Amino acid sequence: MCTSITHQAKIYGRGKRGEEWIDLKECNVSYDHPYGMPLEHALNIDFVDESKGPAARVAVELSVDAARQLVKTIEAVLAQAEHQGVLEDKHQAAVG
Amino acid sequence: MYQTNQYEGMLAETVTLQGHKGETINAYMARPLGAGPFPGMVLIHHAPGWDEWYKECTRRFAHHGYVTISPNLYFRDGHGTAEDVGAKVRAAGGIPDEQVLGDLDGANKLLRSQPYLNGKVGVFGTCSGGRHGFLAACRSKGIDALVECWGGGVVMKQEELTPKKPVAPIDYTKDLSCPMIGLFGNDDKSPSPEQVNQHEAELKKCGKNYEFHRYDGAGHGFFYYDRPAYRQEQAADGWKKVLAFCEKHLK
Repeated sequence: MCTSITHQAKIYGRGKRGEEWIDLKECNVSYDHPYGMPLEHALNIDFVDESKGPAARVAVELSVDAARQLVKTIEAVLAQAEHQGVLEDKHQAAVG
Repeated sequence: MYQTNQYEGMLAETVTLQGHKGETINAYMARPLGAGPFPGMVLIHHAPGWDEWYKECTRRFAHHGYVTISPNLYFRDGHGTAEDVGAKVRAAGGIPDEQVLGDLDGANKLLRSQPYLNGKVGVFGTCSGGRHGFLAACRSKGIDALVECWGGGVVMKQEELTPKKPVAPIDYTKDLSCPMIGLFGNDDKSPSPEQVNQHEAELKKCGKNYEFHRYDGAGHGFFYYDRPAYRQEQAADGWKKVLAFCEKHLK
């Protein structure tokens, strides 16, 4: 790819694709050409289940500002949940 | 140049070929009807994938008289929509240069085995396909002309090299075996104008037959009419230059 800036994380989650919820086992984050956003480069997040083939994908493409905002928002929500003692991390061991 | 009272016909279809290590991949092929002889053209799709733009581009070259083939370089990565497969390859950091060269060789061989070929084959690529085209024109045999459109990553820093891309293509410049035309947008970040200058300086140093065209008001991918990067004026001029170059060196 033109930037080849890409990272992958193993995750435990589910995502909605059309009417169907699918298991999501990997999260591919790249800064490269998007498909849907009218930008040359975007922060792309592909939530996928590699074992199910290329179509098992829930995609998000964000501007740089939006991506930074998302990171801050997620961190804030998790910090608040941790502060209130309601975080559930029981799946952490299962996914390594 | 096509005349309105001229008969025109085209055959366009999916074919298979033996690519890298003799592995079967599919490809899209379009050719003018008739006995020929016609020049050949290998189209190298861009990083986003083997998509509709490349299928249309294949037919465009056929309309201009070329037996044209666009191999699916992501064949081994599974099947689905071009976007889904492209996203998978993007996550994997692209595909190995050696594999691409093997697949392009296979496409070239398929063209050269056709009775209607005039014996000449060019390569055309945009984005990562421009980079792959330059690599192929330096390292493979049987390429008579190269069209490189905004090839990102021809110039690479040491820390950008990976097992899939072990050598910066610019380092092979001395081995470039055919004339080339390069089209670039001055607002592009990959390749940046500085990288385009480095690319040109190396070609000049090695005494290669090349022509570079740089466009103001255009960035990366200014031929893509389905993307906001499209620039009509620059694209129209660019196509004119590309087709004139191919006419000169391949017909």
